[in-house]
Amino acid sequence: MMHGPIDATRLAAAERAAMKAEAARRRTDIVTHAILILGVVLFALPIWIVLMGSTHDVGTIARGEVPLLPGPYAVQNYLTALGEGSARTTRVPVALMMVNSFIMALLITVGKIAISLTSAYAVVFFSFPGRMVAFWSIFITLMLPVEVRIFPTFKVVSDLGMINTYGGLIIPLIASATATLLFRQFFLTIPDELVEAAKIDGAGPLRFFKDVVLPLSVTNIAALFVILFVYGWNQYLWPLLVTTSGDVETIVIGIVRMIGSEADTDWNLVMATAVLALLPPVAVVILMQRWFVKGLVETEK
Amino acid sequence: MRKRVIFNDKGLPYLLLAPQLAITFVFFFWPAGQAIWFSFLRQDAFGIRTTFVGLENFVELFQDPLYLASAWNTVVFSFWVTLVSMAVALGLAVLADRHIRGAGVYKTLLIWPYAIAPAVAAVLWIFIFHPQVGLLGRFLREIGIAWDYKLNGGQAMLVVIVASAWNQIPYNFLFFLAGLQSIPKSVLEAAAIDGASAQRRFWTVIFPLLSPTTFFLLVVNIVFAFFGTFGVIDALTKGGPAKATETLIYKAYIDGRVNLDLGSSSAQSVVLMLTVILLTAIQFRYIERKVHY
Repeated sequence: MMHGPIDATRLAAAERAAMKAEAARRRTDIVTHAILILGVVLFALPIWIVLMGSTHDVGTIARGEVPLLPGPYAVQNYLTALGEGSARTTRVPVALMMVNSFIMALLITVGKIAISLTSAYAVVFFSFPGRMVAFWSIFITLMLPVEVRIFPTFKVVSDLGMINTYGGLIIPLIASATATLLFRQFFLTIPDELVEAAKIDGAGPLRFFKDVVLPLSVTNIAALFVILFVYGWNQYLWPLLVTTSGDVETIVIGIVRMIGSEADTDWNLVMATAVLALLPPVAVVILMQRWFVKGLVETEK
Repeated sequence: MRKRVIFNDKGLPYLLLAPQLAITFVFFFWPAGQAIWFSFLRQDAFGIRTTFVGLENFVELFQDPLYLASAWNTVVFSFWVTLVSMAVALGLAVLADRHIRGAGVYKTLLIWPYAIAPAVAAVLWIFIFHPQVGLLGRFLREIGIAWDYKLNGGQAMLVVIVASAWNQIPYNFLFFLAGLQSIPKSVLEAAAIDGASAQRRFWTVIFPLLSPTTFFLLVVNIVFAFFGTFGVIDALTKGGPAKATETLIYKAYIDGRVNLDLGSSSAQSVVLMLTVILLTAIQFRYIERKVHY
């Protein structure tokens, strides 16, 4: 057997190779970090510009100076936007728009979750004539997003006299199959033994729903809540059609209407409004990231 | 699939289903049916007499150069939005999937723009591209390029593509990352031991294994580019200049809302519905395949 010197050279060679590989790995790691940081910066740049711009006066921005550092007008801009809105264009206070957006997003979210829970419960835990017809007529709505059938739906809503009402704004958006399918999928995994036990204990269907099904669904409800809140807050085309008065205008609609011609746009207020418009959904997604990812992945299954 | 043990109650299930079914019928089946019906009708100039014209609205639609132009815009726009947002997202996901420190932080920093509404995203990009108040727009003009997306159709298209792709990248990133993380590490190690280079490993092992995710995202992105980007276009270009960025959904909106042409806008709605049904059918086929995958 060979000993000593040969082993030592081999060991040294192996060590050198390992060090080389290690160095190569570190180099690619640095490149990876560099590209990812560049990506993050490019992603954040438009928001950074708007965030900084919202702390300057309108003249600075209109002159095209595009400030990249904070200025002294933050408090004034945000107070003006919230309290008065853009005096030169829409005159709707952004605070009112935000209230409208909150009402719309919350009611869409709660409405969708509520009607989906009950209809999924009916389809899974009961047997009744027309069960499959009911299921399929809900299921088929998956096919057509509201944007596609926008005009016909608009006509129905205007025939019903629901233009410029919260009802007209919200109820048509509540009809959707995604949440129902998610809950149905989940309800099917609830063991039969639980239902049997409940029946033996004399619990009726409503009691079972309240005491067993709802508590078990909490994580699914949380995940859907994040997704649907963002969906509701960000609606554009439908509110654009249904709201023609400032009273029910949402912030996503309002900000686009605030932009007039170059000469009479309050760019500083537009920027402040942009920050206010993206803050609630972004906060919800970042604070509830785990639910958000779960909800996104589950609803697309 | 259904449960073995069920409740017996005559009225309750109908009561539980009533809200969703009522909303579905009033705001889904009724309008969709009306759209199909109106697409076969034509109103006279005063809106008094309506006549049944068969498929004439559709024939006219497909002979209308403006409609065909907006269909072409939609194809160009959707192609680039899908390609750019998926390619960038895949690149970032591959990097973030490497076992480096701070991968979780990058993930958080890259997904939050998903929460921004397309219309608000467009407003953010105004301050990059606008020829007077935008960072890049002013720079381009200073170095002598005639940059004004409100006058130049090609530039307008570029601007709406960039803003839309930016808005969609986080979504694609999230799904690509999930797809990458579900690839068994043993497969990658085997390829590495066999001496395949990183690039080769990506194209011969990772990319084929990602194909279900890629295909799913392809359909989602096309649907997003078709319908979800209305806000981007409305906020940035209003379909202009000279209809250069008018997509099918934007034209349906203009014809219905501004021009009040009921027959034509209904026919356009029907064409859009058929497009979505086709895309969804493709997607369902894919889901079936995934089950057997």
